[in-house]
Amino acid sequence: MDCSLLRSLINRYCAGEENWVDSRTIYIGHREPPSGTDAYIPQRYPDNRIVSSKYTFWNFVPKNLFEQFRRIANFYFLIIFLVQLIIDTPTSPVTSGLPLFFVITVTAVKQGYEDWLRHKADNAVNQCPVHIIQHGKVVRKQSRKLRVGDIVLVKEDETFPCDLIFLSSSREDGTCFVTTASLDGESSHKTYFAVQDTKAFHTEQEVDTINATIECEQPQSDLYKFVGRINIYQGQDEPIARPLGSENLLLRGATLKNTEHIFAVVIYTGMETKMALNYQSKSQKRSAVEKSMNTYLIVYLCILISKAVINTAMKYVWQSDPNRDEPFYNQKTDSERQRNTLLKVITDFLAFMVLFNYIIPVSMYVTVEMQKFLGSYFITWDDDMFDSELGEGAVVNTSDLNEELGQIEYVFTDKTGTLTENSMEFIECCVDGHVYVPDAICNGQILTGTVGMDMIDSSPGAGGQEREELFFRALCLCHTVQVKEEESVDGIKKGLQPCGKSSSVYISSSPDEVALVEGMKRLGFTYLRLKDNHMEILNRDDDIERFELMEVLTFDSVRRRMSVIVKSSTGEYYLFCKGADSSIFPRVIKGKVDQVRARVEHNAVEGLRTLCVAYKTLAQDEYESVCKQLNTAKLALNDRDKKLAEAFDVIERDLILLGATAVEDRLQDKAADTIESLHKAGMKVWVLTGDKMETAAATCYACRLFHRNTQILELTTKRTEEQSLHDALFDLSKTVLRHCGSLTRDTLSGLSHDVPDYGLIIDGATLSSVMKPTEEGSSGNYKEIFLEICRNCSAVLCCRMAPLQKAQIVKMIKTSKEHPITLAIGDGANDVSMILEAHVGIGIMGKEGRQAARNSDYAIPKFKHLKKMLLVHGHYYYIRISELVQYFFYKNVCFIFPQFLYQFFCGFSQQPLYDTAYLTLYNISFTSLPILLYSLIEQHVNMDILKRDPSLYRDIAKNSLLRWRIFIYWTLLGLFDAVVFFFGAYFLFDNTSFTSNGQMFGNWTFGTLVFTVMVFTVTLKLALDTQYWTWINHFVIWGSLLFYVVFSLLWGGIIWPFLNYQRMYYVFMQMLSSGPAWLGIILLITISLIPDLLKKVICRQLWPTSAERIQNALKQSKKDNVSEISPLSNRKTSKSKSSEHRIPQPTSDK
Amino acid sequence: MASSYNAKEEDGQLSGAAGSGGVGAAKSKKPDNTAFKQQRLPAWQPILTAGTVLPAFFVIGLIFIPIGIGLLVTSNNIKEFEIDYTGSDPASECYNCSQTLTWNSTKPCICKVPFTLEQSFESDVFMYYGLSNFYQNHRRYVKSRDDSQLNGDKSSLTNPSKECEPYRTSDSKPIAPCGAIANSLFNDTLTLYYINPNGTESVVPLIKKGIAWWTDKNVKFRNPGGSNSNLTAVFQGTSKPVNWRKPVYELDTDPENNGFINEDFIVWMRTAALPTFRKLYRLIEKKNNMIPTLQRGNYTLEITYNYPVRRFDGRKRMILSTISWMGGKNPFLGIAYITVGSVCFFLGVVLLIVHHKYGNRNNSAEIPN
Repeated sequence: MDCSLLRSLINRYCAGEENWVDSRTIYIGHREPPSGTDAYIPQRYPDNRIVSSKYTFWNFVPKNLFEQFRRIANFYFLIIFLVQLIIDTPTSPVTSGLPLFFVITVTAVKQGYEDWLRHKADNAVNQCPVHIIQHGKVVRKQSRKLRVGDIVLVKEDETFPCDLIFLSSSREDGTCFVTTASLDGESSHKTYFAVQDTKAFHTEQEVDTINATIECEQPQSDLYKFVGRINIYQGQDEPIARPLGSENLLLRGATLKNTEHIFAVVIYTGMETKMALNYQSKSQKRSAVEKSMNTYLIVYLCILISKAVINTAMKYVWQSDPNRDEPFYNQKTDSERQRNTLLKVITDFLAFMVLFNYIIPVSMYVTVEMQKFLGSYFITWDDDMFDSELGEGAVVNTSDLNEELGQIEYVFTDKTGTLTENSMEFIECCVDGHVYVPDAICNGQILTGTVGMDMIDSSPGAGGQEREELFFRALCLCHTVQVKEEESVDGIKKGLQPCGKSSSVYISSSPDEVALVEGMKRLGFTYLRLKDNHMEILNRDDDIERFELMEVLTFDSVRRRMSVIVKSSTGEYYLFCKGADSSIFPRVIKGKVDQVRARVEHNAVEGLRTLCVAYKTLAQDEYESVCKQLNTAKLALNDRDKKLAEAFDVIERDLILLGATAVEDRLQDKAADTIESLHKAGMKVWVLTGDKMETAAATCYACRLFHRNTQILELTTKRTEEQSLHDALFDLSKTVLRHCGSLTRDTLSGLSHDVPDYGLIIDGATLSSVMKPTEEGSSGNYKEIFLEICRNCSAVLCCRMAPLQKAQIVKMIKTSKEHPITLAIGDGANDVSMILEAHVGIGIMGKEGRQAARNSDYAIPKFKHLKKMLLVHGHYYYIRISELVQYFFYKNVCFIFPQFLYQFFCGFSQQPLYDTAYLTLYNISFTSLPILLYSLIEQHVNMDILKRDPSLYRDIAKNSLLRWRIFIYWTLLGLFDAVVFFFGAYFLFDNTSFTSNGQMFGNWTFGTLVFTVMVFTVTLKLALDTQYWTWINHFVIWGSLLFYVVFSLLWGGIIWPFLNYQRMYYVFMQMLSSGPAWLGIILLITISLIPDLLKKVICRQLWPTSAERIQNALKQSKKDNVSEISPLSNRKTSKSKSSEHRIPQPTSDK
Repeated sequence: MASSYNAKEEDGQLSGAAGSGGVGAAKSKKPDNTAFKQQRLPAWQPILTAGTVLPAFFVIGLIFIPIGIGLLVTSNNIKEFEIDYTGSDPASECYNCSQTLTWNSTKPCICKVPFTLEQSFESDVFMYYGLSNFYQNHRRYVKSRDDSQLNGDKSSLTNPSKECEPYRTSDSKPIAPCGAIANSLFNDTLTLYYINPNGTESVVPLIKKGIAWWTDKNVKFRNPGGSNSNLTAVFQGTSKPVNWRKPVYELDTDPENNGFINEDFIVWMRTAALPTFRKLYRLIEKKNNMIPTLQRGNYTLEITYNYPVRRFDGRKRMILSTISWMGGKNPFLGIAYITVGSVCFFLGVVLLIVHHKYGNRNNSAEIPN
């Protein structure tokens, strides 16, 4: 009841606020409306500042600390630290406080630096100049100072600084073109419309006189929804109200195109813009290694807790005898005696936790982070992945996934721009069955199959002359290509072709159009420019023909065609239409359809992109009716798109087919080689493309995704029309599974020619019906069957895919029952969804802008670089980090288990075995650098071999180095070593002196002995694992051992005035002065290392991995070489080292 | 999904094509072609195959076995005699002492334990006392000391560390030396008599210097007041540890061995690693080459029995031992060396077999495809 009362009170007092919540009123140019209008409700809007940074100068410390301690590991260490501060624990708080402090500081510095970069980026955005209209003049202002109600002037190719209502444009019709690529990934130009009543205001002064208010909804995140109303006051009349829709709303982040300038009024600013509301931080991707690491951590946490529980229990059993609990020589203080038993138990448990907490190493997190961060530099530094054309190398956006690159099982690749160059080359055109090939094809990159075909036909028939020219004119006119005199920054650059002579550049959102216009140029018809709404064409006779451009029926991906209506100089109206074959043929009533269709299909099989061209002439009255239709559609306020589409549909009918064009999208350099390597490495490559099946399939053959002997399974609309989806699926699965039995699981030989190799082609429509949940609930079945088929296919081609479907496919595979690791690679905005969805997203710095590269985890210049990225870098990183993780657990088991054992000999009193300094520095300095260095530069096999023999990648598939078996091996090894250290020292100390002067050693010497053996053992264990000894390795490994010795000498050599105990004084020196201690250290190190060494050798001998085989082979051949040419042996060995790639051949001949 | 936007994207666009955003890379940013950055540093790439490891195993075997034999022989040559004088058995000499002993008793209880040395001890003999079931490594015990007080620090002398509780003050006077370790100083006195063949006893001379680490005696432990030899004055205002019969400045008459630098005290202060331990008590130096340090024959150990261990089932022992370069008698090291050496040798043989039997198969299977 109280609540409701309160609510009603709030409602009453905030009545005005309620109004405010629903809508906002904007005064254009901050002009007060004439009196008599609605009461002025003051509203506060945020300024136009975009804040992507997390921290400010003031809140950095508290907020960052809070963020960091939200990480479970940090929190755990904080708790340990606090426990140490509060209760009387065996080790000083410094031992865990110092590493924690170190970790927190390092992370804070890193995050602070990143945030500083974000601040800088934000500032760059927020301070970038915008033009606003004030008192009839254009004033430059910083973007962040924009306020709601300001009128802005945006020039061509500028990005809108905030959400705007479009008032007027430099174009007569009050439209402007905008590309929203950075918002939704659609790079096509979209048309926006100015408010009808203001579109006449063309100059600054005029615009400044607009007296209007806008009422609109409060910001919401849907990009395509907007509702508002503009009230225009003219004199003292009642205002004219006009509805506003999303076609009037220019969104922040979009870019103005093809329009000189526009005026618009600010309605949403800063963090209220739709773009900012749509802001999603990229979801954190976690690598498989990290997941295993976390599992292991949980295991270790359990071990830790059980150790503490065991010891606590043992302690109380042991203490039950008061003579043990409190012998005469070791009395408790009164307060200790009086303490509550339960409290004592808890305190003891916590004390044991603190004593053993090092088993979960703080430093592992730091080392892993450092390894990832520093390691990723090797990718950026890689010279092989540097593209001199782009002038850029690989870029690492997330270093968290380095090792995941070594685990890829599925590769999803885009076709256009990824496998292919996306630099279109006009190959041929076909007019009524006659094929024309531009005589000046300077590029030799034609598919072998097309060479010399139909060249004879290129002489046109006499009657065809006219139609031929019409065809060429059609291609010269039917496009949205613009001519730029200077180099443009954005969009598609296509000009200064090797054989082109013009200094001008054609620009278009579609590279196909550019290729076509260029091709026409080579065939004699040059598109010059669009001037005064007239398109000028230079024809074969060097005459300029002028056509008046009447209408453009823009391209959209649903219609898959575009048209123009032009008026020739003779006054005839033509409609030229160009589009995909499937969208043109049904609309054609005349023309040599069959010949053209045959040619189109032939070209599609060759992997060429085809377009059909058709036309019709329009009489004056026809044209007028068309005009009317279009205008009504354009002016419609509701359902404008739908009405336009209907109008287009009516207009683009009854066409006469002219011919078809073929454009080649060249394969990227070494695409085929890369795909083959990926196959050999055991990865399944899927091509996901929006292209049509024939073209896509041809590309797949060209890049050797499908081989000649690949059995192609088709699951396309065509097939499902004949057969139900159900039957088709079952048929396919039967085909595949029949061979499955005979097919040996040895996938290595799966590529040899006698084993059937399946390739699947599926199209978007079928795929969506496979994935669509049906009422009978059998969809799960379909999906399973489909996945089963896919699993048995080495290559899958999915064509006619929508961007979202790409992501769905990736997700489907990702969540299938094996949970394979997926990689998506693409270059365009339409690939962003799958790049974000896949485990690893790789962006190609392509021609279709940078969205993919920006949203990716790694960006590479070319598809071919994927090979090195995965086979070399991925492999190395995986090997490195798995060793890092395992080694860290191992060395901490070695470290802590002796402490655990010692509790049984010190009355479970939590007496630490090692000195505080050793406890603190063990993970920080004595054993940290060698493993860090190992995890940065270890190479078990030479880089060239990894590249040449992709099958080595299978060695590490399925997280093989972090399997439970291996984890348990390492842990057992750690336990064994710990037992050796402890009991070795125990028996050495057993009730006897081992100095030559008969003096005795105490407990600190005992601990130091164990510790010394341990430091040496774990370091030497790493040395045994190191297979790539550079001078840095030598320096670091021997250096850290030396550092340990020097530190110990120093630590024990001085009475440290700031310490309240001197327990280590001369302990290390005294130990070294004893012969048996030396002998004992050597003995214990040997015993600890032998089992691992033995395991290594035996495994290598009996069950070698393929990497080890290669190593053996290399070694063998090297030996052979040396013995063959003994006089030059020295030079020969060094040479053979550097060019090892050619060495295994002689041995393989044996 | 496609519309997810990163703030970085935008500034990349605004700042032009060169792009300062996430993917920004200046045109001139060609990576350096150094060996390190290209991961092509020259490296030694050892491979641990059976062939390479084999010799190592044999070498380890060949080195370890002789060392082990040497160590074992040395250890066996060391003469050691141990006698338990706890007196828990009613038949034993010290039974009475052990039964009647309390901390408060001021009257010393003396018992004599006879024993016989079957062999004579030729070289210097080291006399130890051993305690069992005595947890000198208990955490509460280990930390119960004040090193700066022991180092002669004046302020710590009057205000000992809190770690010394409950042995920090007594009668509101600071205890010197404070703490549980000092408080429980081993205070049995052991004297050794040789029983001459004619039945008379002669005292075996015991040297009480040189039993503590030199650094402890000279650096770590210092009497407060520096060169002031009047320890009584120096320790004025402090109290003796509650269990002690006499204050710290009366531990010995020799000023070089009195106060904190009393060697018995220093030895005790070095806490033992394990609950069963021995500590060096006295040295018996060899007089001349003709006579062994301890002849074979009968001896008597006279014990001033002060130290109670019965309550916690402790044992007290007296050990006589000679010392070699490798210390006292400890066959462990020798046996371990021999074992490891033989195991290595054996493994070497196994590896040799493996290498020969499977090595060829391996070589034939190595064809890189």
